[in-house]
Amino acid sequence: MEKQQITDYITRREALRRGLLGAAGLALTGSLSRPARSAALRAKAKSVIQIWMWGGPCHLDTFDPKPDAGNDYCGPYKKPIATNVGGIRICEMLPLLAQQADKYSIIRSMTHGNNGHETASYIVQTGRQPDRLVYPCVGAVVSRFKGKENGYKGLVPPYVVLTQPQGRFSEAGFLGPLYKPFATGGDPNRSVFEVEGIVAKGISDDRQRSRRQLLHDLDSLGQAMPQNPHFKELDQCEKNAYDIMFGDGRKLFDLSTEKDEVREKYGRNTFGQSCLMARRLVEQGVPYITINYKGWDTHKQHFETMRRKLPEMDAGMATLLQDLSERGLLDSTIIWWSGEFGRGPKIQWESPWNGGRSHYGKCFSALVAGGGFKGGHVVGASDEKGMEVTDRPVYPEDLLGSMYELLGIDPDGPLPNPRGMDLKVMPSTEESGGRLREIV
Amino acid sequence: MQKARVLKKISIVVLLLLFVCAPVFGRARRRSEPRRRAEPAMPFGQLETNNTYTGINNSQIDGLVMKTLRREGIQPANLCSDEVFIRRVYLDVNGSLPEPEEVRSFLENRSPHKRATLINRLLKREEFADYWSLKWCDLLRVKAEFPINLWPNAVQAYHRWIHDCLRDNIPYDKFARELLTSSGSNFRVPQVNFYRAIQGQEPSAIAGAVSLTFMGVRPDQWPEARRAGMEAFFSRVAYKGTAEWKEEIVYLDPEATEPLRAVFPDGVAVEIKAGEDPRVVFADWLTSRGNPWFARNIVNRVWAWLLGRGIIHEPDDIRPDNPAVNPRLLEYLEKELVDSGYDLRYIYSLILNSCTYQQSSIPRSSHPDTEAMFACYPVRRLEAEVLVDALCWISGTQESYSSPIPEPFTFIPEENRTIELADGSISSQFLEMFGRPSRDTGMESERNNQPSDAQRLHLLNSSHVQTKIERSKRLNGLIKASKGKRDVLIGMIYLNILSRYPMQAELAAAEKYFETKGMGTRQGVNDLAWALINSKEFLYRH
Repeated sequence: MEKQQITDYITRREALRRGLLGAAGLALTGSLSRPARSAALRAKAKSVIQIWMWGGPCHLDTFDPKPDAGNDYCGPYKKPIATNVGGIRICEMLPLLAQQADKYSIIRSMTHGNNGHETASYIVQTGRQPDRLVYPCVGAVVSRFKGKENGYKGLVPPYVVLTQPQGRFSEAGFLGPLYKPFATGGDPNRSVFEVEGIVAKGISDDRQRSRRQLLHDLDSLGQAMPQNPHFKELDQCEKNAYDIMFGDGRKLFDLSTEKDEVREKYGRNTFGQSCLMARRLVEQGVPYITINYKGWDTHKQHFETMRRKLPEMDAGMATLLQDLSERGLLDSTIIWWSGEFGRGPKIQWESPWNGGRSHYGKCFSALVAGGGFKGGHVVGASDEKGMEVTDRPVYPEDLLGSMYELLGIDPDGPLPNPRGMDLKVMPSTEESGGRLREIV
Repeated sequence: MQKARVLKKISIVVLLLLFVCAPVFGRARRRSEPRRRAEPAMPFGQLETNNTYTGINNSQIDGLVMKTLRREGIQPANLCSDEVFIRRVYLDVNGSLPEPEEVRSFLENRSPHKRATLINRLLKREEFADYWSLKWCDLLRVKAEFPINLWPNAVQAYHRWIHDCLRDNIPYDKFARELLTSSGSNFRVPQVNFYRAIQGQEPSAIAGAVSLTFMGVRPDQWPEARRAGMEAFFSRVAYKGTAEWKEEIVYLDPEATEPLRAVFPDGVAVEIKAGEDPRVVFADWLTSRGNPWFARNIVNRVWAWLLGRGIIHEPDDIRPDNPAVNPRLLEYLEKELVDSGYDLRYIYSLILNSCTYQQSSIPRSSHPDTEAMFACYPVRRLEAEVLVDALCWISGTQESYSSPIPEPFTFIPEENRTIELADGSISSQFLEMFGRPSRDTGMESERNNQPSDAQRLHLLNSSHVQTKIERSKRLNGLIKASKGKRDVLIGMIYLNILSRYPMQAELAAAEKYFETKGMGTRQGVNDLAWALINSKEFLYRH
């Protein structure tokens, strides 16, 4: 236990630190080109928005309410509400999402059985059990298949994280740093969304220009050997960098161009504005966007946190669904909502938890929408207390395999990798419950 | 592992005195006769001297290089200035920037032997071992996790052993022999990790790693029989786990009772008695005088590390159809290595003291092979680790790292520099963005020093770099020490960041920038530091 805590602490701190560092994802180039063998599959989805519920949200308090399980399981949430789809009820704290239920499907039988953040994050986002190989997570795989080497020409990298990287494992695994996400940093809810490397904090355009001039004035070595090919290459990179800083790159991240009422509707908080930003990135054709939504690891005072966070989540997600739908983008955009696990159905009222919930990987919920996923369905079921999966278990590889299919990436096809290993994208395992045919 | 840094405060005071005594910045020399064709007319007194070298009264290296240059009609570059030299040799030998105090005293030193003295001193510093351990750990694939899976315990042991060998200048043949012939636990006998840190434990994988590392060859192009002959030497390496997690013992298979037939890469067959360690037989052959690969590989690599490219290039792709640009030079270095008792530091010293190494990076010939024939010092971007260390040094800040695996027992003291990191699994976004090798294959080309738009955005405009500059204690100290004298302040910033004083034109441009309307001193300092950090002179070895 002691050791586990130390590990946990260190990696958590690292996760924060990593966020302060740069924009590795921008380094995508086409050095590993190899044609993808997925022509057989027709891609319905062009983009994915992953709403990553960092820490593990409770299934009972969101999309799998158990009003009859008693106070020790439901706590204050005993009156689930009807949605706009007959027969589907969700937590009363999510009234706006209830009005969008026709657009998404709820999977109530997610399971992998692991209760450690690191391992569970790895399993849910790679679809693999920990092994000698470190596999890439979905975002890295998508950016491998849909990135620059396969025709993506977007201004920003193909795999963007709003705003801090997940940091619980090496996102790109053996695919290498080229496939790491570009973490924006900053906060889209601030008056200026300071995107790492693109929008600098507290530096005016005038100052940017004048100090660039200074840089050129003082570039004595460069002036001494203007023909040097290395220097020419660097000059080109500098020109490109300034084009992004002063050009469309900055416009893309400038949320002040959105109407106030739209921004209000998404919610004036980091998550809400991240949802809005995600929509703008989808409009630009970015294939994979992760909203790293922190704060769901509620060991203590769980319900106080839910009271604060659920309305925020409700507004952001519901508006995103509606907005994408109205713009005709939902059909080509998968929204995927999940944490690394759920939370213990039985509430720990005792000290020191005082009404907390533990980690729970045996049974939890996920939500999928758009991009070819049908709305208005429930997949699988849990028992009357949300402890066990009773119907149609869905393992992470089933969910991920289904997403890959919709993206036109053959889950049984080869996963190209720098070391030439013979690996498949997301093959079903023996344990697998099968891909989500019922909602595709 | 703590390092004594030269006291910054003292250096600042001395600097200040220097400026009071020597108000003329730089020693820009004008040349009377126009000699260069492709070069601009403006003098760069501090980037190069106007001294040429002929190869006649210089070292044997220079004589051999000059011979090929004459044959090709290539004019060598001028010798570099003292300012360029001290920065270059610090970066090349110790992977770090010189303290301003060291620059100042070096520039003032009038001894004709001062460059040799400095080289000698740097080769003996702890930082030499720190920096070159980094290089060797790239080649020997030192990292905790995938695909090597040494785990932190073995990484620490292995790195320390490599570091100590370099610090103590263990003869290179002994170093190689120990890596090749040791047996025991990989947590307790660090050398055996040579066999652990290979992707795969089959004889072909081992033979591939041995020939790449110590012979500079890639046996995948050999004929099958020749490959099999070499693989036999490693067919009796055995591995077993212990009760301790991730510990593995590398040993000689005791069940092998038959004699073994193996063939050396030069085609000579050998029969090895049962009970005899075939690895020792191979190591004897490899390190014998006259072995055509062993000495050649390492002198060629050292040359490539210091001069940007190998005499045979790529340095780890030696094959008959990839000839040396200067075979005599390579032979000379091989002989020197063997005659010195495999003293690598001596080879470094030979190269570093040559005029060839001490040329300016500004070429005087437009011949396409100017760089390949070593007629100038080639500019190269600083490696990721060296670059981030330099940024930290200027700002007085530290870096943060992360690892994909839990390393609860790995402690990195705050003052540690990135070049001292033992474990390739411990990394940061900066290091990955700037092309740090993944330590998977041990190939030189794993390190990627290509510039990218993302790197440029990061250095020009990221909060990471901007915060380092804004919070720089070093820059604060310079502002205080300059006591409001702006030219002094600019001079000190130059000395700290570019290891030289500004030229007149640079001083004028910087002063003008400080006089911009509304420009406070601190902002001016920040922007000047930003501009110098983003200059080619800072980002590249030159």
